[in-house]
Amino acid sequence: MIPTQRDISALIGVEAARHRATGAVRHHPDRRYPPYRSSELRHPAHPLVTVADPDAVELSGPVFGVTDVTELDADLTRQHAGEPLGERITVTGRVLDRAGRPVRGQLVEIWQANASGRYAHQRDQHPAPLDPHFTGVGRCLTGDDGGYRFTTVRPGAYPWLNHTNAWRPAHIHFSLFGTAFAQRLVTQMYFPGDPLFAYDPILQAVTDDAARARLVAAYDHDLSVPQWSLGYRWDIVLDGPAATWIEEGR
Amino acid sequence: MHPTPSQTIGPFYGYALPFPDGAAVAPAGHPDTITVHGRVYDGAGAPVPDALLEFWQPAPDGSRRGAPGSLRRDPTTGGYAGRDGHTFTGFARVATDADGAYTLHTLPPGQNAYLSVCVFARGLLHHLYTRAYLTGTDTAADPLLASLPEQRRRTLLAVPARGRCHRFDIHLQGPKETVFLAFP
Repeated sequence: MIPTQRDISALIGVEAARHRATGAVRHHPDRRYPPYRSSELRHPAHPLVTVADPDAVELSGPVFGVTDVTELDADLTRQHAGEPLGERITVTGRVLDRAGRPVRGQLVEIWQANASGRYAHQRDQHPAPLDPHFTGVGRCLTGDDGGYRFTTVRPGAYPWLNHTNAWRPAHIHFSLFGTAFAQRLVTQMYFPGDPLFAYDPILQAVTDDAARARLVAAYDHDLSVPQWSLGYRWDIVLDGPAATWIEEGR
Repeated sequence: MHPTPSQTIGPFYGYALPFPDGAAVAPAGHPDTITVHGRVYDGAGAPVPDALLEFWQPAPDGSRRGAPGSLRRDPTTGGYAGRDGHTFTGFARVATDADGAYTLHTLPPGQNAYLSVCVFARGLLHHLYTRAYLTGTDTAADPLLASLPEQRRRTLLAVPARGRCHRFDIHLQGPKETVFLAFP
């Protein structure tokens, strides 16, 4: 029996109340979050085992450079012969570590649905139009100030099969490397004021209000380019092992 | 500062993140090449067809500095140019196939018994770290392995297969659940 939105919203409420009752600040979602049904058979039941070895290989990490990225990779509107449909946007921000220092020269990758809410993926069967001028993949390296910048189009909302009438709020997927393998992050950026936030079990899996707010970009009119695009700012803070924070020359 | 929360990679990363030769860390034809292969399973024992695995390891000389060039681009066409054929970058990325299977070709990690593994998939709100200890590891000498009870330790040990092959399965949940790691 496929749950309804009402069933899922009730479960979201249960999890939110459970979180409030603990009083704990939780920066990341629980691995088991029943409203997101795919988590049920995929979350580990055992607690994670903490690695105390100061020599752990995971405190170093892969590196990427200018050979891995071309200049055009950060502009998703110029990867085809024509202009993609939709609202052209700039998304920019800084990648920082938990001490607030810029994470420099690191690979940032994004992927997203097109303006109609359709991914250029064989298995996306949502009957919204594919855009021949938009694939939805971008990458760049952070600059000396930890900054990144993409030009793209605003993705559309789309339905998915978690429950009846399940719709994902518009979002852009982000993949980020830090300076340690254990600093790796895959996350999603959302757009301010989206009416679908409350209904989405993936966003609501972040039960801490302040943490959830950190996934929402800010509209920044100063970033909007006249006659061209609207601008959004979104800063990203990478978690990671304390052992890497004291290193110099990151 | 507080960290940005993790979110699932979802099912549709497949046209964005995997790249040709993502699993070919060893230069083609290198005589020391080893193969690590296996499957990813969920709590019902079903293969996970939409997982993405990343591997990180020292070079054969023990260096952990890594090198750029894992997903080298062609600056003229913007297309994929491939690894350069000799630089060892230490990084691999491979998606599971429709049967939950993956295969990695790499060189033995110098001065190190294991490959570091990061697991992403639809349904994982936060990625998971584990280690694939290669066949022949001295389990008593490794602090992590030595700290685990026998049944759990076994989940980190690759099983010798034919030739220079090592089989390493990942169970996200269930009686054979893999040991997953945290780094404080």
